[in-house]
Amino acid sequence: MNIHEYQAKQILESYGVNTLLGEVAETPEEAETVAKELDFSRCVVKAQIHAGGRGKGGGIKLANSPAEAKQHAEMLIGMQLVTPQTGPEGKRVRKVLIAEAAEIEKEYYLAILLDRETSQLTLIGSEEGGVNIEEVAAETPEKIIRAEIDPAFGLPEFQARQFAYQLITDPTYRPILPNATALILSLYNAFTGCDCSLVEINPLAIVKKDDGLDIVALDSKVNLDDNSLWRHPDIAEMRDPYEEDPSELEASKSGLSYIRLDGDIGCMVNGAGLAMATMDIIKQNGGEPANFLDVGGGASVEAVSHAFRLILGDENVKAVLVNIFGGIMKCDTIANGIVEAAKQVDLNVPLVVRLEGTNVELGKQIIAESDLDVQLAEGLSEAAQLAVTAANLA
Amino acid sequence: MSILVNKNTKVIVQGITGRSGRFHTEQCAAYGTQIVAGAVPGRGGTDVNGIPVFDTVAEGVAATGADTSLIFVPARFNAADSVMEAAEAGVELVVCISEHIPVLDMVKAKAFLKGKPTRLIGPNCPGVITPGECKIGVMPEFAYTPGNVGIVSRSGTLTYEAAYQLKRLGIGQSTCVGIGGDPVIGTNFVDVLELFEADDDTHAVVLIGEIGGTAEEQAAAFVKDKMTKPVVGFIAGQTAPPGKRMGHAGAIISGGQGTAADKIQALKDAGITVADSLATIGETVAATLTEHIGRKA
Repeated sequence: MNIHEYQAKQILESYGVNTLLGEVAETPEEAETVAKELDFSRCVVKAQIHAGGRGKGGGIKLANSPAEAKQHAEMLIGMQLVTPQTGPEGKRVRKVLIAEAAEIEKEYYLAILLDRETSQLTLIGSEEGGVNIEEVAAETPEKIIRAEIDPAFGLPEFQARQFAYQLITDPTYRPILPNATALILSLYNAFTGCDCSLVEINPLAIVKKDDGLDIVALDSKVNLDDNSLWRHPDIAEMRDPYEEDPSELEASKSGLSYIRLDGDIGCMVNGAGLAMATMDIIKQNGGEPANFLDVGGGASVEAVSHAFRLILGDENVKAVLVNIFGGIMKCDTIANGIVEAAKQVDLNVPLVVRLEGTNVELGKQIIAESDLDVQLAEGLSEAAQLAVTAANLA
Repeated sequence: MSILVNKNTKVIVQGITGRSGRFHTEQCAAYGTQIVAGAVPGRGGTDVNGIPVFDTVAEGVAATGADTSLIFVPARFNAADSVMEAAEAGVELVVCISEHIPVLDMVKAKAFLKGKPTRLIGPNCPGVITPGECKIGVMPEFAYTPGNVGIVSRSGTLTYEAAYQLKRLGIGQSTCVGIGGDPVIGTNFVDVLELFEADDDTHAVVLIGEIGGTAEEQAAAFVKDKMTKPVVGFIAGQTAPPGKRMGHAGAIISGGQGTAADKIQALKDAGITVADSLATIGETVAATLTEHIGRKA
């Protein structure tokens, strides 16, 4: 699950990670009030959407007064913000974060993520902060430092300290190193405490304050492990339904795995791998899949009719391809489910069904003998071709 | 021969009293797998269809000599802990079917296994089958038939599909291993390829990968450097959008990494024949066998 920057900031603060003062606002008036109450002479108004590259897209504005913060908020709230990561349609801004404007001395990159190769958490840092880290990794890999964290012992203080010393090498900033070490430790505690899948601080900045230098997380991104949300109900509530496709959200509530795509051939498949491969074979036959949908190994009547509703809820869908490999759940049971579900949802587009597996002949017979208008395919290629043809004719 | 499991394998089932644990235990036993015990805390002294149930895996292993554990414990009942319990009890192989296990729990469980002789398959996998001898998992047995092609895959239904395509072409399988769709799994492609390479009864291998991570790229490097047996590859997810988890927790293209195109290229660069479509996995294997071995495996 993804959350907004202001929510990530709340989580990190609760673990003692140093961030700048700031609060979220939903209206221009609130933005002005926040800026006044926090007594900001200068502040930054940051659009809250689930996508990076907000600065490049014009979603981050500097304000020299609370009145100016209000003006920026007026412009940002309600706009479709387009960034390099949103796609051309952009994302609607509903909230802004009003944060203290910092006098930045130097920017770094700091992240904790799971290294899938070693199955360990890894600290990643770079003195090239505030920029796209993937580009840094590709162009100047020597500027990326890494440290593996042993899951049996967690992150010991010396390792965090060592990492801080490797990351911040400029002697001018030596006084800040204890704070940097503490920040890295807090970040690790937040990661493990909340079951994160990614915590990224970009930039981690050394800023000038009235009483000297300080190190703060200026912008943070936190992703959470979906499999662990049940043990963090407070974090699960941070889900922003506006940021997610409503049909994907509905699917996840009923245990289906559904992802909406741009094509016109709806797919219903059992198993995630088979579902992906079915999308691929549609494309190979000249069509475009409208979705990824895994109805689960069981493919029960309830699951199948729910899946039909999700697929047909997408007005782009011109044909539906059902590809089921009947295993433990036999093809005749699945065929009955398809017929039943198709009746319930009043199927109004061509349906192509490919069944394989246990009792496949019986399953095909049930479908052929139903009054359902359906094309039974003999194999995978034929199924894809029939679906593509049907979609093109529609 | 085969890899990992055979007709002598003795299995203890953790979570045997749950709905799917009970159902699949029956299916495995009917296939001929020796299910010797079950383990469920608080249910010690009872039985499931005559299979004795113990409170702990250690007791079950001591009493029955089980050498392999099959786990159906749901994620919320701490399935990762069940993996550690099995390893501590000294079984050689743990097959964890459970899905949705929190990834940090698996990171810990995997660290716990380090240095121990126990091998973990999964989690979030269909299990392991040596056709005609032993099934330790949830796969539909009709899709398989004994033979000499090994299959290793991150996806369940894709493995069934591939095995069944082979079966209809008269090509049987030595052992089929579902390694699981999660980002942290006990056994990776390379581990299984190593076993297949050393197994006399495996003449060729089918590797079924998908988007996300770099396991396929590592497998490609291994095949190039270490394998003498022909390998046929297939990668699912060529049309998957970046940044979205495609059903499996591990199937996600992030930061431009883990795309199907990159994986297919890596496999091809390693000299692996890649089936270009789901529909042609079986025929590609048949053609490869003819080319390399001159006969059906």
